[in-house]
Amino acid sequence: MTNAVEFINTCRRFGDVTAVDRVSLNIAEGEFFSMLGPSGSGKTTCLRLIAGFEQPDDGQIVIHGKDATGLPPYQRNVNTVFQDYALFPHMSVIDNIAYGLMVKGVAKKERLARAQEALELVALKDHGSRKPAQLSGGQRQRIALARALVNRPKVLLLDEPLGALDLKLREQMQGELKRLQRQLGITFIFVTHDQTEALSMSDRVAVFNRGRIEQLDTPQNLYNRPATEFVASFVGSANVVRGELAHKLAGVDAFAVRPEFISVNNSALTEQINLSGTVTDIQYQGANTRIEVEVAPGVLIAALQANTLLTEQPLPTPGQVTHISWQTGAMVSLDSSRTAAAGA
Amino acid sequence: MSSAVSSNPAAFNSHPEQPRNLLQRCSDALYLQPQLLLLLLLTPPLLWFGSVYIASLLALLWQGLYTFDDFTMLVSHTLTLSNYAQLFEAANFDIILRTLLMALSVSLFSAMLAFPVAYYMARYASGKTKAFFYLAVMLPMWTSYIVKAYAWTLLLAQEGVSNWFIDLLHLTPVLNWLLSLPGIGGNTLSTSNLGRFLVFTYIWLPFMILPIQASLERLPPSLLQASSDLGATPAKTFRHVILPLSVPGIAAGSIFTFSLTLGDYIVPQLVGPPGLFLGSMVYVQQGSIGNMPMAAAFTLVPIVLISVYLAIVKRMGAFDAL
Repeated sequence: MTNAVEFINTCRRFGDVTAVDRVSLNIAEGEFFSMLGPSGSGKTTCLRLIAGFEQPDDGQIVIHGKDATGLPPYQRNVNTVFQDYALFPHMSVIDNIAYGLMVKGVAKKERLARAQEALELVALKDHGSRKPAQLSGGQRQRIALARALVNRPKVLLLDEPLGALDLKLREQMQGELKRLQRQLGITFIFVTHDQTEALSMSDRVAVFNRGRIEQLDTPQNLYNRPATEFVASFVGSANVVRGELAHKLAGVDAFAVRPEFISVNNSALTEQINLSGTVTDIQYQGANTRIEVEVAPGVLIAALQANTLLTEQPLPTPGQVTHISWQTGAMVSLDSSRTAAAGA
Repeated sequence: MSSAVSSNPAAFNSHPEQPRNLLQRCSDALYLQPQLLLLLLLTPPLLWFGSVYIASLLALLWQGLYTFDDFTMLVSHTLTLSNYAQLFEAANFDIILRTLLMALSVSLFSAMLAFPVAYYMARYASGKTKAFFYLAVMLPMWTSYIVKAYAWTLLLAQEGVSNWFIDLLHLTPVLNWLLSLPGIGGNTLSTSNLGRFLVFTYIWLPFMILPIQASLERLPPSLLQASSDLGATPAKTFRHVILPLSVPGIAAGSIFTFSLTLGDYIVPQLVGPPGLFLGSMVYVQQGSIGNMPMAAAFTLVPIVLISVYLAIVKRMGAFDAL
């Protein structure tokens, strides 16, 4: 089985800034692959390199086994769903969807039939004659999706397509995208800065930081076994402990522990990691309460407690001394050399 | 709320109890009554516009109904439609047609010249280059229009720079061939319709570049990327995306070039073959002959032509770009 997309030592520089720094990665055919990272981490540039809007300064981009380096976007069998949807405002919805087929010279009757089919795929079959301006954000998003899918691309690129939608719609679209991807068997490459989105939809996730991939793994492994300090704090905001305290507790240079694995108690427990400290902050978050404890000067550890009806134990108040504890198995040691390189 | 205010009098209470002076009370009233403010702002310009523009224009058109006596050269207040009917006489209709054709061809050619410049300004130039282009486009508008028109009579003259330059490029035969064409040509460049057309295009070009530039500036780059992503070559992207979306700008620019050419009476006097333009006909009728009713009747022509033109370009969405 060939790879859908390969990056071979790919670099892209803008002046002094290296947006993509010697990235090598393979994306398998039929995979739902996410590129996750903060803004400016190089994930969108990687997507644009695949689409052909950017050309690498060094290295190669291979699409379906063929070197695509130097090919313009209109000679690549990939399609993009843009962040702002980029629907043509002067065309009706059906003409927008049929655009790719029209410029490729597909006969009018066939392209309209296929566009209508694509409209039905995104559950908007009665909206063909409208103009994009007459649609809601969620509907425009689906039209952008239909316009890309009607060309039957080998790879579909999605550039933060859910960013402009409200939370409820976003969750609904996440499910729908996943369903579409399974149904069509197309490789989806999804760029996002939202870790929940990446974890819930993807087969594999590449976490980007400063133009490089920090870790490439399944969502479960990313969350449970973060390799670096950056991944640990970016995905699920784990507590990162390093230096003397890390040596004392785990015998490593740095380790991560998830806030939800930490319990807050009024007294010390046995057979676990136990620390005491002063509560500095309490945040009520609905399902959970986040409690921040200063266990050593300048070392803050956050614990997440589920709010349940049955255990309405009184919450500690800021300034109070409390005990926190966790199982030794909850600690994940981090690659300290790369931690240092990341400089975070 | 009130308890908070009273509990901290120094910080909260001092401000509202200070007496408001007249000016402050006036601005309070205007803030609370936005319609009053709007009325105050709009009344003077509307009065000015109504009396100076609309009323005088209607008065002028009304004069077109008066009778001019050819023997006594006097205007009598007897109402007649004959002035307006005379517009359709062959000699007068020729003038209308000549002006209309010139206005249309100047608009078309200006759009073709302006588009690449506007495209470069909108999509490629930035910072100082962009400022330079703005300046270069607008600079000619800072000089007097009459000076420019006169300058062109010298440039286009038989011994002028343009003939010397054309000769330098060994293109004199091409020029002679162009000048021999009926309708376009003439004895020399400065007495040909071609010369007049060039001067018109030169003078009105900035009015075409700026609206097109504005419409291209509003085109999101992602639309062009989407087009190429969907398989369109640059030529197809131009035809199906860039051009249709810049039509409002082209139409807005052509409103300027069209109506300005239609009403002009200086350039036709200085450059080009004999034969009156609409503007020069009005000038001749009221200035030399004193036939005010006929001059008034002629002013109706550009008004009608421009109204028709505006109705057409409005349908193309031109006013979205103004």
